[in-house]
Amino acid sequence: MKIKSNIAVSDSGFVFDPTSGDSFTLNEVGRIIFNCIREGLTGDEIFHKLSADFELEKVTFERYFLDFIITLKHYHLLENDD
Amino acid sequence: MEKKKITIAVTGLNNTDNPGPGIPVIRGIRDSGFFESRIIGLAYENLEPGIYMHDLVDKTYLLPYPSEGATAVLERLKYINSIEDIDVLIPNFDAELFSFIKLNAQLDEMGIATFLPGLEQFEERQKSNLPEFGKKYDVKVPSSKNLVSIADIDSLKDDFKYPVLVKGKFYDAYIAQNPEQVMIYFNKISAKWGLPVIIQEYIRGTEVNVVALGDGTGRTVGAVPMRKQYITDKGKAWGGITLDAPDMIELTRRLIDSTRWKGGMELELIRDEKNELYLIEINPRIPAWVYLAVGAGQNLPEALVKLALGIPVPSYTDFIKGIIFIRYSFDMICNRKEFEKISTTGEL
Repeated sequence: MKIKSNIAVSDSGFVFDPTSGDSFTLNEVGRIIFNCIREGLTGDEIFHKLSADFELEKVTFERYFLDFIITLKHYHLLENDD
Repeated sequence: MEKKKITIAVTGLNNTDNPGPGIPVIRGIRDSGFFESRIIGLAYENLEPGIYMHDLVDKTYLLPYPSEGATAVLERLKYINSIEDIDVLIPNFDAELFSFIKLNAQLDEMGIATFLPGLEQFEERQKSNLPEFGKKYDVKVPSSKNLVSIADIDSLKDDFKYPVLVKGKFYDAYIAQNPEQVMIYFNKISAKWGLPVIIQEYIRGTEVNVVALGDGTGRTVGAVPMRKQYITDKGKAWGGITLDAPDMIELTRRLIDSTRWKGGMELELIRDEKNELYLIEINPRIPAWVYLAVGAGQNLPEALVKLALGIPVPSYTDFIKGIIFIRYSFDMICNRKEFEKISTTGEL
């Protein structure tokens, strides 16, 4: 699972895809997860990282994390084979 | 370095809600670090906004419509040239390009340089010839059919699924959901632009465009792709953003190389849900959004003028991705005397 290398994300959570010209905004948690994916962390590793700062149940995280990944795929922000 | 002084005549001063490319082309030329230009506007109507934009246009002359014939246009240009001594002429309207291409030799004799495609290049990319163009140059195009009579509308259901696009040979395009709407748009378009009216398969996807300049030898001097971010009810881009789209650049280069395209052009493409590019139209001149290319680092109007004058122009190799243009409306306050002058004398 890899974010396309040309996707730009700012500190404020503004995401820009220069291939399509589309732009998106991420909230704080979304930005953290997005950057974790970009760094190559797995789902489990992301859960543990978030758990350090947020009260989070695994089942809740998995549901919303999967939803987030599907959204990234829908907007073609992930590499093709993911 | 001292700038080269030249006089450039430009059409398409209709900077309205359906804007012509004239003013953006002039802005690119005015931004040039190479040319110091006297800009002569060539207008068809006395309320074209560019006539009154004196910071961009030094003087304007009204031209007869192309439908009045090449002789009328040539005689008017001879008069204008006797006063202005034009170095380069840049026509920006699809509907006038045929006339100017035919007049190329006479303009050359008058000392007026142009940089236009040849007649064969111009004709083969006509909307009515798009299927053959797609086959010849191996590019995906929507299926299309030329209509010359409303009697043919009923049989469209054999070849197309609705909705379809109904397009004029120069301008205008409408989405028709059924044969009744096709008839309405057929009558509207044919009354304005004549026949044929083109029926085109509706490809679902994102509209993306490329502005490009070919040097006539197959070389792409510059190419900048963009996506419209805001589309008016007339289908015009009122905002757009440059794209990092190597496949669009590659398609542009391949077409310019194959056709040996000479001059400015705009590719209108659709990127469908499978990420494939369909060529919808080739406009044989610079589009009205060209100033986005200038802002992205490719001053294509300046490059076109250089090519017209035989000045070597290296190819642009890059541009700024993710830069935006936003168009706005603005009310100019003009002296009625100016309107009177252009209306009565045809000059301002």
